[in-house]
Amino acid sequence: MKSFGKYFIFLGSLFTNRETFKTYVRLTFDECILIGIDSIFLVSLVSLFIGAVTTVQTAYNLISPLIPNFVISQVVREMTVLELAPTIMAIVFSGKVGSSIAGGLGTMRITEQIDALEVMGINSSSYLVLPKIIATIFMYPLLVICAGVLSLYGGYLAGTLANIISPTDYIYGIRYEFNPYTIQFALIKSFVFAFLISSISSYKGFYTRGGALEVGIASTKAVTNSVIAVLLADYLLAQLLL
Amino acid sequence: MIEIRNIKKSFKDKEILKGISGTFEQGKSNLIIGASGTGKSVLLKTIVGLILPDEGEVYYNDRDFLKANRDVKTEIRREIGMLFQSSALFDSKNVEQNVMFPLDVLTKMSFPEKLERVNFCLKRVGLENANKKMPSEISGGMQKRVGIARAIVNNSKYLFCDEPNSGLDPQTSILIDELIAEITDEYDITTVVVTHDMNSVIGIGEKIIYLCNGRKLWEGANDDIADSGVKELDEFVFANKVMRKLKRQI
Repeated sequence: MKSFGKYFIFLGSLFTNRETFKTYVRLTFDECILIGIDSIFLVSLVSLFIGAVTTVQTAYNLISPLIPNFVISQVVREMTVLELAPTIMAIVFSGKVGSSIAGGLGTMRITEQIDALEVMGINSSSYLVLPKIIATIFMYPLLVICAGVLSLYGGYLAGTLANIISPTDYIYGIRYEFNPYTIQFALIKSFVFAFLISSISSYKGFYTRGGALEVGIASTKAVTNSVIAVLLADYLLAQLLL
Repeated sequence: MIEIRNIKKSFKDKEILKGISGTFEQGKSNLIIGASGTGKSVLLKTIVGLILPDEGEVYYNDRDFLKANRDVKTEIRREIGMLFQSSALFDSKNVEQNVMFPLDVLTKMSFPEKLERVNFCLKRVGLENANKKMPSEISGGMQKRVGIARAIVNNSKYLFCDEPNSGLDPQTSILIDELIAEITDEYDITTVVVTHDMNSVIGIGEKIIYLCNGRKLWEGANDDIADSGVKELDEFVFANKVMRKLKRQI
């Protein structure tokens, strides 16, 4: 409970004694590159393969003359949009970006760089953390859209190249009884997950105490706690919004 | 001038600072000395506001730092420059960007003005051609110099140095000490240096506060340190053979 309270005080501190708007714009832009652009390769790779594997495994489980082939891509679409793109990517993202945020801030803490900011009269949490959170909230939904598209494309490639499903059936299945609300739901989830991953990882890194060993521990805790928070939020959002 | 009154600080059950009072004078190199673990760095961090004391007062030119509102506190902090034990340079920025950082965040100067000021400060610390080097590419002594340049770039009124000689060879240590003393004198700033290096004490200690087990046991100038009459201070000052030999000769 104490950590929970400290986390909320930490979030509150992000909005007090802020620097100029221009400073945040510049920092947020830099963070967008580090957090978003640098994650595109990993997200693309993972989503392509997840889409491919989902298609192959769905096809394997739907061998029946009574079930039309386009159902395969329909299942892939629902799984991708509702769960794989926002949630699985959140887990991958917390491993890559969450650990990097916590490790970076933890190192800054133990090498007194955060103290240096404080001594200069700069609100270090606001200066260092707020741009990371804003950048993650901007970039993660874009990565989720990218992951969704690539996952469906991965499924298309795997399905058509292995003759599991024809291109026409795949496209038909993707479009069949499509509910646009699922996209909206996935984007809402991605905003929430982005906030949770960036804020929890920043919190863990910002309050690191000790040396190199503790920085490693903080990174691990950041990933673990972010993943737990993402899974809990995933369940809550599904209950609330579906 | 900085004045501290009855500073007390405990961590859990351990009392680190047991009511320390004293003044740090403008235009002088004020030293806080003592053995490791006596609370020197805790005292320094308490004075600059990185650690909140359990009791006590800190005054910056009669402005109560601890009871001040956020705006006054920020104003005082922006008059402070600090050199950290690990130099605390930002890894992601080069030397020029590190020194320019306080100007970027705290002033509205144009880039050419900032660059001119940065180059002046880098020249002052003897690092004219290191602008584009990253902190990882320069030596420990150079990192300290960059730290000093960053501390003075915003025309600081107060300079705090936490163990400026740690990890440096004796020759470089003396150069850093001399640089600190010169800057203090040149810009008439209040400098507070935490150290346990006797070369610094002898070389630049215009005013010295000796801490032992969280208490202030002695206050004076380097000229008087040998005749302090404080047993603990004598043991600290004459800890090595050379110093003991010198004392016997005196």
